[in-house]
Amino acid sequence: MRWKRVCRPALLIAALFLAAGAGRAADPARTLLDQPAPQFVRSDLDGLRVDLSAYRGKVVLLNFWAGWCAPCLTEMPRFNAWQREFGTQKLQVLGVSMDEVEDADAVRTLRRKLGVDYPILMGDAALGKLYGGILGVPVSFLIDRQGVIRARFQGETGLAAMEKRIRTLLAQP
Amino acid sequence: MKSRRGLQTVLAMAAVLLWGTAVRCGAQFAAPDANASSAASIPQSALLQPDVLNRLLLLKSAEKPLILQVGSRLFFAEAHIPGAVFSGPGSQAAGLQLLQIKVAGLKRDRPIVIYCGCCPWDRCPNLGPAYKLLRTLGFTNVKALYLANNFGDDWVNKGYAVEEGL
Repeated sequence: MRWKRVCRPALLIAALFLAAGAGRAADPARTLLDQPAPQFVRSDLDGLRVDLSAYRGKVVLLNFWAGWCAPCLTEMPRFNAWQREFGTQKLQVLGVSMDEVEDADAVRTLRRKLGVDYPILMGDAALGKLYGGILGVPVSFLIDRQGVIRARFQGETGLAAMEKRIRTLLAQP
Repeated sequence: MKSRRGLQTVLAMAAVLLWGTAVRCGAQFAAPDANASSAASIPQSALLQPDVLNRLLLLKSAEKPLILQVGSRLFFAEAHIPGAVFSGPGSQAAGLQLLQIKVAGLKRDRPIVIYCGCCPWDRCPNLGPAYKLLRTLGFTNVKALYLANNFGDDWVNKGYAVEEGL
């Protein structure tokens, strides 16, 4: 009888464990796919206004990165090369640094060192949440000419796949 | 009275078992190439799997480890493990100073879990130095939460509890 009294709570705990493992939430970032890109207006590192809606008609590569993120720093020169190759009439690369705002000077220095000349702005938790939660970097979104998010790349993604996707979007009206 | 004592014993045993399983679970995921500053430098025996920590946190009467986030403050503000304390990025001197402040005065055998999840495990620059510092300070019961890809994929999207804000 006493054993039963002890066992019952133990079984309940075991059930709780199973339930906890089974529960999976939807990935909020994935739900952004094929949805209009959340709009924002910010100033870039040079104090210039960056209004996402102003890039309608161009394909936008929106890249969230950070200075301490090695894979991010590998990608950025390549993004810059695409920006030059395709031109700002067709493609606009936008960088969002998820470093602390106090580190803006260090981000400027890093930008120079990497030879990056596309706009970079300082991100924050609000902007991260707007894009489904940026809880790891790098994360890049591809936004089509109509302002709809068509792809999301996370982590050390194959840049060849990303470039192919950009070319596809550029070929579309 | 006796049944309550029995229940407490079961819960305590469950907590100990969960903490102990970190060793076995971690071994199968550890990255092969370690270097001194990356998370891959942390011994396999010190890795804690997310589901194990989640279950531990669900046990109401179990002793909770101190959970320290040693990565980005912005990511912490977006979402963090309930009760976790922001302790500064381990890759920066200022971050390690803050970590030292956060653990000052704690018993050296206090269970501590550190986590980051900024980047894929073997590219994380924050966990390795934070783990090393805590060990150097004499903490004997430190685990590193093994987030293979990042905090979003390996904690939030699994439906485990989070809090927002600083």
